[in-house]
Amino acid sequence: MIKVTGLKKSFGDLEVLKGIDEHIEKGEKVVVIGPSGSGKSTFLRCLNLLEIPTEGEILIEGECITDPKTNVNKIREKMGMVFQQFNLFPHLSVKDNITLAPMKVKKIPKEEAETRAVELLEMVGLADKADSYPAQLSGGQQQRIAIARALAMDPDIMLFDEPTSALDPEMVGEVLQVMKNLADAGMTMVVVTHEMGFAREVGSRVLFMDGGYILEQGTPEEVFSDPKNDRTKEFLSKIL
Amino acid sequence: MNDFINRIMDTFVTEGRWNWFVSGLGYTMLITLFAVILGCIIGVLMALMRLSKSKILRAVSGVYIDVIRGTPTMVQLLIINFVILAPINVPAWIIGSVAFGINSGAYIAEIVRGGILSVNVGQTEAGRSLGMTSAQTMRSIIMPQAMKNILPALGNEFVVLIKETAVVGMISNIDLVGAARKVQGRTYDYLVPLLSIAVIYYVVIKIISLLLNRLEQGMRKADKR
Repeated sequence: MIKVTGLKKSFGDLEVLKGIDEHIEKGEKVVVIGPSGSGKSTFLRCLNLLEIPTEGEILIEGECITDPKTNVNKIREKMGMVFQQFNLFPHLSVKDNITLAPMKVKKIPKEEAETRAVELLEMVGLADKADSYPAQLSGGQQQRIAIARALAMDPDIMLFDEPTSALDPEMVGEVLQVMKNLADAGMTMVVVTHEMGFAREVGSRVLFMDGGYILEQGTPEEVFSDPKNDRTKEFLSKIL
Repeated sequence: MNDFINRIMDTFVTEGRWNWFVSGLGYTMLITLFAVILGCIIGVLMALMRLSKSKILRAVSGVYIDVIRGTPTMVQLLIINFVILAPINVPAWIIGSVAFGINSGAYIAEIVRGGILSVNVGQTEAGRSLGMTSAQTMRSIIMPQAMKNILPALGNEFVVLIKETAVVGMISNIDLVGAARKVQGRTYDYLVPLLSIAVIYYVVIKIISLLLNRLEQGMRKADKR
């Protein structure tokens, strides 16, 4: 479903990704862990071209998105993204946040889009907040809305960029629960996170990144209980 | 004292000269209004060009903003009146509107650009990640948020323009300054006509500033939902 070959990304002189090869199958829940500055967020952002790779090739469902001729917007419709800072649209109500893209991009009629929005809000447990504005909601609620907004485009893949890092500790649980439900429903997910509990419970595969490379990967069991790479061992010993 | 009252009478009442001031103020406001409208159109266009990916568009708007801001308004007005629009017969207020519109466009471009840049880049990323085009993202997500920063500065630009249009006296007598000069021509009195238009400018600008402040506060309140 996602095939990455020789992916490199530099910001000026700084090479953040130094050569990533990765193959993600449909239905996989890949959790990317690693220290700050290891390139894990950049890797995720390259997958939907929020960062343009310097080198290498990315295939999404067989389509080469790194080819300049590819319609990036079409690809992005298939990939939902959830950000660390939520990035809800502050000038729009919760309902309008969710219906905006389906109506503008997919030309779905207003009523249909709103019906779908209500369903999604029920799914994330916030059906009563449809007419609220983002500033009136807690961080955890905002992030659940952001997930609903991404799902409104019916994506095949969901990308999560440290979705709980900006949250108060007591709100982390409600967001992870929504993500877990999504995983159970069979969504293909790539999650950059520091939540090792979530990685263990929900991840089907864990990637450990550092210094612009994927240094180790395997099932959560393998990576957490029996890490092979010294750098992985050091990282895990510090955080577990 | 009697003499002073006579001078005031001569300035406003004799020959119905107060009409000159009314019509002068009308033209001052007309020129300002059209200049702001034209300035907004040019300003938004230039700001979008300045922020575009195309090097050529960026360069064109960059040169425009640089040249306009780097030369005196009066010189621009004179060039447009005596060089560019000289071959065709255009009413002075239109020439004034065009000149001040072109001038104001450069300043409004910077206001709009600043407003757009003040919106968190995460908003653009969120819009684009949902599959929206950059034009859709700009229209539905960035611009509505940028307006909050643009509108107050635009109001300020409007007030500045009211004062700046006094320069239109260089090419014609139609505006408020022109009214004062026409009176001077008849009475040889400088003090009263000039003080009068100073008071008129001050009062008009005070009223408009107060209205704009009201508007701004209203917007802020609506923001605190």
